[in-house]
Amino acid sequence: MNAAFLIQFSYIFSGFCFILGLKMLGSPATARKGNIISAVGMVLATIATLFNNDIDQYKWIFAAVLLGTIVGGAAALMVEMTSMPEMVALLNGFGGVASLLVGWAEYTQKIQITNSIKTFDAVVIILAVLIGGLTLTGSLIAWAKLKDLSLGSFKISPALTFKGQKTFNILLLFTITFVALWFTKDPDLKNVFYFIIGLSALLGIMTVIPIGGADMPVVISLLNSYSGLAACAAGFIINNTILIVAGSMVGASGIILTSIMCKAMNRSLNNVLFSGFGSTSVGGKNKDVDGEANPISAQDCYYLLESANSVAVVPGYGLAVAQAQHAVRELGECLEANGTEVSYAIHPVAGRMPGHMNVLLAEADVPYDQLIEMDDINPVIESIDVVLVIGANDVVNPDAREDEDSPIYGMPIINVDHAKTVIVLKRSMSVGFAGIQNPLFFKENTRMLFGDAKGSANDLIAEFKG
Amino acid sequence: MDIFILLIFVLMLSIFLGFELISKVPSTLHTPLMSGANAISGITIVGALLSAGVHYGDNEETVILGALAVFFATLNVVGGYLVTNRMLAMFKKKEKDNK
Repeated sequence: MNAAFLIQFSYIFSGFCFILGLKMLGSPATARKGNIISAVGMVLATIATLFNNDIDQYKWIFAAVLLGTIVGGAAALMVEMTSMPEMVALLNGFGGVASLLVGWAEYTQKIQITNSIKTFDAVVIILAVLIGGLTLTGSLIAWAKLKDLSLGSFKISPALTFKGQKTFNILLLFTITFVALWFTKDPDLKNVFYFIIGLSALLGIMTVIPIGGADMPVVISLLNSYSGLAACAAGFIINNTILIVAGSMVGASGIILTSIMCKAMNRSLNNVLFSGFGSTSVGGKNKDVDGEANPISAQDCYYLLESANSVAVVPGYGLAVAQAQHAVRELGECLEANGTEVSYAIHPVAGRMPGHMNVLLAEADVPYDQLIEMDDINPVIESIDVVLVIGANDVVNPDAREDEDSPIYGMPIINVDHAKTVIVLKRSMSVGFAGIQNPLFFKENTRMLFGDAKGSANDLIAEFKG
Repeated sequence: MDIFILLIFVLMLSIFLGFELISKVPSTLHTPLMSGANAISGITIVGALLSAGVHYGDNEETVILGALAVFFATLNVVGGYLVTNRMLAMFKKKEKDNK
């Protein structure tokens, strides 16, 4: 009794740590401490659980914890900052599969001990398994898309759509509902249970394949939310408050991030999930753009930068691909040494996960007070002499403002075309991830510096130093 | 049945708390917030430990599934917190004086 009380009390304290930790994660000055406090809560909850009287042997537990710590620790310490979206996607998936397995394990045990499973237990077991399974396979597909894997010549990262996809998905949802109801009526049917695991895995795959790579910030936030909800459902299986509290807080935070990402693209969640945006059919109706792009040499670009009083850098996914963050920071320092005011303007959905660019620039030692959000840069952008667009495309496409027929019409963008001069660092004239032509490249005040972003930045640095 | 009512009440309060805590986070912190929150969702380890610790002779299936769950949950927790810490360690304010 006494031990049980202490365990419950530890859980209350863990919950306190999680709440405080999440709150402190909301401000750059306290975030690191907040993360540590939340980790302390987790360690405490884990240790307290080990004192539970129901635990009979520790062999398996220690083996699993040891292995998980080694693999997780090594992965976390070795992962490149540019691969952070993939890492977060995988971790979401692992959280999901853990909750699925908890549901499964509890099911086998309940069937063993009592021959009849209560309807409530059957319902929450199904929920944990469904959400967990869907999180796992959804995350794995998201990971594959972020890694830009391909099966032979078949690329996974674009939005993959096929005829009758909607009908198929609706049928799948109906089947899942039907089978789940069947299971709650007759929870002893093991085969029905396994069938549900399979269906949940299929649902995760079907949900994520029609979503294009550029929409991954939304998907990752949503999967993050699911991994929390799966833990929450697992909490209902074992009647444990700390799982419910922690899981639902994560669920809620994931939903908020998802809605922030959707707002930043001016699209509904429904549109992101089901429209197959960015598949080839959307890009088909490219209109012809008048005018010609103005290429510029690194040397001429240097003259422009050298005489500028203020420069704003607008990074995008191309910066991550080219691993150009360090070179860009160095270029920024050259400019500052030259007396130029340098800032970095970040679009909320630039990159492949929420805050992707901020992490990369932080890795390159760019101080976070130099990073400016879209809503703060737009009102003053006309006063900026040179805007350097590095690897960004759709988030600076003026069509979003001007062309009602454009698929991205209405999406808030950084109005770089209003600046005095725009220099676009780009490998070629190819279209962005949304498959849309960008009239910015043909404007009179735009210059194109072709080449790999990292190489171009290094050329410019050499000009400054030489 | 009472305990379920209580748990659902807890659920409702926590969801509101989650919304309140997160709604005003600057976009600079979105990635660490996400990975930090993800680490918290590894709390499912508590359930996993209880399954992995049952008497082996009684039900090996439960133990093995539980141990697998412990492995993945630990991966989630350890990986999540470490990676978040690594990112947050890089976020610095500008220091004008030294250099």
